Amino acid sequence: MYRLWQSGNPLQSSMIDLSLLDLTLAAGLILIAIGLSYRQRIGLTRDLAIGAVRTVVQLVLVGYVLVYIFALDRWYLVVAALLIMLAVAAWTAGGRQDRPTRQLYGILGLAMLLGSGLTLVYVGSLVVRADPWYDPRYLIPLFGMIIGNAMNSASLAAERLAGEMDARRAEVEAYLALGASPARATEDAVRRATRASMIPMVNSLMVVGIVALPGMMTGQIIAGASPLSAVRYQIVVMFMLMAAVTVTGTLVPLWYRNTFFTPAEQLKVPETG
Amino acid sequence: MDNASPAFTLQQVEQVKAGTRALDGISLSVPQGQITVLIGPSGAGKSALLRLLNRLDDPTAGKIRYRGQRINDIPVRTLRRRVGFVFQTPVAFPGTVRDNLALAASIAEVPADKIDDRIGSSARLADIDDELLDRPADRLSGGQLQRVTIARALMTGPETLLMDEPTASLDPETAATIGQTIACLSSQRGLTVVMASHRIAEAKELAGHAVMLDKGKVVEAGPATQLFESSHPRLRAFLSRVG
Repeated sequence: MYRLWQSGNPLQSSMIDLSLLDLTLAAGLILIAIGLSYRQRIGLTRDLAIGAVRTVVQLVLVGYVLVYIFALDRWYLVVAALLIMLAVAAWTAGGRQDRPTRQLYGILGLAMLLGSGLTLVYVGSLVVRADPWYDPRYLIPLFGMIIGNAMNSASLAAERLAGEMDARRAEVEAYLALGASPARATEDAVRRATRASMIPMVNSLMVVGIVALPGMMTGQIIAGASPLSAVRYQIVVMFMLMAAVTVTGTLVPLWYRNTFFTPAEQLKVPETG
Repeated sequence: MDNASPAFTLQQVEQVKAGTRALDGISLSVPQGQITVLIGPSGAGKSALLRLLNRLDDPTAGKIRYRGQRINDIPVRTLRRRVGFVFQTPVAFPGTVRDNLALAASIAEVPADKIDDRIGSSARLADIDDELLDRPADRLSGGQLQRVTIARALMTGPETLLMDEPTASLDPETAATIGQTIACLSSQRGLTVVMASHRIAEAKELAGHAVMLDKGKVVEAGPATQLFESSHPRLRAFLSRVG
């Protein structure tokens, strides 16, 4: 297979290094946002300030962690980092739901593990073919992109299914009363939930490069890679994200719907409060 | 099984749902091949009782038998195909009336070469005009749609139909014609019908057997002619208020 980086080294050292002074100047931009929010009483001043501090702290920490992982170059550290990313993503996706249960967290985590894990194995072993296989310089950024999108997909799918199940109680019971299985009674709701989870990524496929240049491609170009090399990576990234989003967005509603039924195929009463 | 044996028997059935006691020690026998009408004020437990018979819910305590067999021993999908349910608010499935009926047939695993015949006979029994069959189900009037849900319930070949105030949201004239359809289902097809109703005139006209419920308990039950003449004070008070 044609190696992706043959058309140019994506990490050429022609990038302008940013000094601490440069970062301080960049902070002026967030101050503009905070100032406007305060003046217009948008009610987000506090969130913006906390968000800005978290951005700096989290990114600096992650930078050091990555330096450490890259330097030690051990497969188990890379796998541990990926699992932590997955756990945080599952936690975040579950926390956004109206009725988060331990079971739902498990469903989201497992669907994201399969959706993201299979995609990463495919890309890592067949497309990028990093050497060694766990090369953190490839695996961690690729998985970061995959899991971020899988998280949004899982979150949207679960939220939409819960909404559909609330709105369609009468319809679902009409199916059940005829002797339909819960799977049959919720076919349409599940389909809509999967569709809702895929739409943002499908939209990205449609406009990528036209409406906006993706972050990774932009980063590679700034880092000195040839735009054509960056494009090849971005094509791989778009396809792998679509696969991860589709697998995750398909599995979440399929598994989550079972939690709405008793073993006797009755709709559970929604928990209130 | 002969028609003298009951369709359903309930023994000390209780149901607590969302912290509320909807049914409180119901013991009852529902005869086969007749129309049994459940009457009583709102919140009496009529809908809660009907839902137990199709196992849309399970009782918290007590036993329910259908034709002598404990309903929990009958596979739930089999029971639901044998005991159809018509809801108060009719729900249209996607597509035309014919699609709605065909969908019910596919759920009931009706052989493909018999589906058209079954659609024809169910539509006739529910008094649905042929010209309606190819109309989108979600564009029908309330009365037409309720007939579609009756025909849809008939597609699975049930022995019993449970009906939860099927005419409640209809005007009196449409309600009367649906009442006639229900009467024919029982008299011509031999269906057992258990129907909740808040229209006393309709209940008197249709019922062979009647049960009055109040606060989750049976106030009076028996042949309709006797029940509506009963001197039970709670029953008389209810009938004089709504009649």
